[in-house]
Amino acid sequence: MSTDSRFVHKIWQEQELSKMVKGGVPFPMLSDAGGKIGAIYGVYDEAAGVDIRGRFIIDPDFVIRAMEVLTPEVGRNPKELVRQVKAFQHVRATGEVTPSGWEPGQTTLKPGPALVGKVWEVWKP
Amino acid sequence: MPELKDGCVQPARGPILPASPPLPAGAMPLSQEVPKMLARVGKEAIDFEATAFVEGAGFRPIKLSDYKGKWIVLCFYPGDFTFV
Repeated sequence: MSTDSRFVHKIWQEQELSKMVKGGVPFPMLSDAGGKIGAIYGVYDEAAGVDIRGRFIIDPDFVIRAMEVLTPEVGRNPKELVRQVKAFQHVRATGEVTPSGWEPGQTTLKPGPALVGKVWEVWKP
Repeated sequence: MPELKDGCVQPARGPILPASPPLPAGAMPLSQEVPKMLARVGKEAIDFEATAFVEGAGFRPIKLSDYKGKWIVLCFYPGDFTFV
């Protein structure tokens, strides 16, 4: 989603994105005319009139699980996005929690009184 | 999917906020107020409707809540045709 119109999105897809991604990007390209949606999500830069880099993960219950907002000069890391989505999906399915830098298949933590002061025993990064 | 007819101007609803309490008699609505950030982690996402370009389907209005029940990644960026 950006403050560009749907017309500009279409031409961007045709002229550039379809040359970088086979078949073009498969997801809807949304237009935030006037930045009203960006303002509600805390990413609208009023002075510049654009939405800055913001990324939100929303779970199947429609609850926001993660947000990341950057000023425009630095690009994002899609690997970290995928890692976070997988971690939230694992937590939702198992009730376990994932320590920092967790990747699928690695040790998770079972929160509770027994774990207090014992994280060092079970989690060795 | 058949392509929808689309003129130059097609207003979308934008943010769809929970109804605010009715104003007291005689009070002016604060229509010029800049909307405040309402998104919070751990809280329900704010629904919205926006016009969109969808590959293979053309132009159509999309609501965030159309995707309720799925994992959603909502991504903002400054502008088409830019780098990074």
